[in-house]
Amino acid sequence: MSTIKELIAQFREVADNPKKAMDDYKKETGKGAVGIMPVYCPEEIVHAAGYLPMGMWGAQKKNISKARSFLPPFACSVMQSVMELQLDGVYDELDAVIFSVPCDTLKCMSQKWKGKAPQIVFTHPQNRKMAMSAANVFAREEYAILKQKLEDILDVRISVKALKNSIAVYNENRAACREFSDLVAENPGLISLKDRHAVIKARWFMEKSRHTAMLKELNDLIRSADKVPFSGKRVVVSGILLEPDEVLDIFEEFGFAIVADDLAQETRNFRQDVPEDADPLMALAKAWTAFDGCSLATDADKPKGDILINAVKKYNADAVIVCMMKFCDPEEFDYPILLQQFAAAGVKNLQIEIDQETTSFEQVRTRLQTFSEVL
Amino acid sequence: MDSINVNEATSKELLGYFQAKLDEEAWEAKRNGKLVCWSASVAPPEFCVAMDIALVYPETHAAGAGARKASMDLLEVADQKGYNIDICSYARTNLGYMELLKQEAMSGEKPDKLKNTKAAYVPLPDLVITCNNICNTLLKWYENLAKELNIPCIIIDVPFNHTMPVQRHCKEYIADQYRVAIKQLEEITGRAFDYDKFLKVQEQTQRTVYWWNKIASYATRKPSPLNGFDLFNYMALIVCARSRDYGEITFRKFCEELEAKDQAGQYAFGPAEAEKHRVTWEGIAVWTYLGATFKGLKAQGSVMTGSCYPGMWSLVYTPGDLESMAEAYTKVYINTCGANRYEEFYKVVKSSKSDGMVMHLNRSCKLMGLLNNEGGEYVNKKMGIPFVSFDGDQTDPRVFSEAQYVNRVQALSEMMDAQ
Repeated sequence: MSTIKELIAQFREVADNPKKAMDDYKKETGKGAVGIMPVYCPEEIVHAAGYLPMGMWGAQKKNISKARSFLPPFACSVMQSVMELQLDGVYDELDAVIFSVPCDTLKCMSQKWKGKAPQIVFTHPQNRKMAMSAANVFAREEYAILKQKLEDILDVRISVKALKNSIAVYNENRAACREFSDLVAENPGLISLKDRHAVIKARWFMEKSRHTAMLKELNDLIRSADKVPFSGKRVVVSGILLEPDEVLDIFEEFGFAIVADDLAQETRNFRQDVPEDADPLMALAKAWTAFDGCSLATDADKPKGDILINAVKKYNADAVIVCMMKFCDPEEFDYPILLQQFAAAGVKNLQIEIDQETTSFEQVRTRLQTFSEVL
Repeated sequence: MDSINVNEATSKELLGYFQAKLDEEAWEAKRNGKLVCWSASVAPPEFCVAMDIALVYPETHAAGAGARKASMDLLEVADQKGYNIDICSYARTNLGYMELLKQEAMSGEKPDKLKNTKAAYVPLPDLVITCNNICNTLLKWYENLAKELNIPCIIIDVPFNHTMPVQRHCKEYIADQYRVAIKQLEEITGRAFDYDKFLKVQEQTQRTVYWWNKIASYATRKPSPLNGFDLFNYMALIVCARSRDYGEITFRKFCEELEAKDQAGQYAFGPAEAEKHRVTWEGIAVWTYLGATFKGLKAQGSVMTGSCYPGMWSLVYTPGDLESMAEAYTKVYINTCGANRYEEFYKVVKSSKSDGMVMHLNRSCKLMGLLNNEGGEYVNKKMGIPFVSFDGDQTDPRVFSEAQYVNRVQALSEMMDAQ
């Protein structure tokens, strides 16, 4: 039986080397991989085709140069990084790439794809609550078109049975991820923040049932591990993603443990399951309209604040740290509302700026240090 | 307010009169217990007008505040509320203004910034309506308005058209949302939807759009009797009054004036020889420096004859047909795939007989800015004409640099001379 350390090393190997993970998958299965641009692609459809869905979340501390010709400086750093990687040919071994377009930057990115792989674009409906049934029908049709295009490009047929199976596989993975996040929260200090991130990030580059199997093993080990004394502060983090890893190191340096996240790269993907439905494409559509709490999923009720405040209570957290992706206006719009809700609920909070490209962390360090002293 | 003789007034007088009248009507509605709705600029007004709900347009209000050099004060209010400086400046101007109105409503006292602002005084809304055909920013902005004011939000979601022509399921989804919006309005007003009036309002909208498009057609004449920058001014009525007859009356008069000018041999810059170049402007106006951007081009003898921006209100559809109306509202060029968008841009450049293109890389508008180069290169390949880009912003005066702008339009002029 593996130890926690050994298992985490395996997750980290995948999270740090997506290319190798993809090559291994191709070697093992004889099938290929499909790139998944952020955010909220119904990647179960790709999984049902037998291909490996590969998350495209940019790269940490990537030097941006060629992308400057195609994006102004006020596009977010994930997209700058994805553009640079496209131009470097990093995505050229993918068999297809799927773009969703829930923000204005992604709409434009979807129209300037420079990779060699064929590209599929789909649109999420945004009138998800007041016009839910119409939105479900629309999303189902978009997913049906996506599926058809994918079948044509990959020359495979995706059966209803395969898709239902993939949804079950993904829901099982979601449950395991939720359990992992909760177990880490119960024993802060046992798993480093970088390791927590690597375990979750690895799901973007692994066939999900394999990720689930490894994660269940890890969860069992964490459950039976001794409690590590922890005297730091428990925080909930919210944002698009929390990278580069150096930022997580600074969190730890000042004694912060992440007891729950609300990140588009992490928990927002597994907070809710895909519901049961006889029609699997409709099930995926309903998952989107039922989804709550992301800035990229329109909802005039703006439930994110309540979700975060509830998480603070549930996980006995000391504060929320909003990790604001630089130039991500959907997230920036949510912030002033969050501030009011946090003030009303007495939730302590801090905003830090996230820039995937950055190699200078002094500002984040200062802010986190000051915040730790305030707490 | 004083009345106006529509037969004798100039189009410019009509424009000023109707703009003020719209604000006055919104206040009157408020006083009489009727509803006021804040609306996104290309959201369909037909439903609210049919239900006798007064409309106020935050984008136009923000643009006006920018043009009157009043946006900075409002941007600061938004800044203090936690709105990041990278957010669309229309949204920040409006959310700042909304905050001042809210403070006034809650305290009964006008905050100093509201007392002193040169921005038009408009009432708080009872509901909002938004549509994302020109950006998804309008979804986030209106979410916040609805949340801050605890009022209903009507959303018309027009999905990004990654495939053109507009697909059937897109039209059906939008038409279904129209039906949901009607139901929402019935619930909000407590009255049955007036379908007869709705048809008449749709017909009125089509007449207004006809005359709006007719104005732009004068810029296809060479020399052009139309100074394209005038479209930025008259735009207020295609935004705020396209479902009323105010726009139709004003635009018709403007067309008559342009016709008369053309007959008299008077053009955008006066005599025919003053028109040295014709350019297409891509992007929203720099409202805080409207005069400077105009003069920069005029100094080079460059008449702005083309712009896709005013064409966003070319909302042509068949009254009585919700799917036709759905298609009109979704096929706004920036809500379509690159191939269609660049071709639409090319059509404007070509029909306006432009010799060059000025691209506004607008800090506030990612959807309009991030594909500027691709559009420019597409047209350059087809027509061989040059383009330049400058950094600016629609209502945040801190982003625009007049020196850079002048430099770029001079460079464009030299390139056009060399053609």
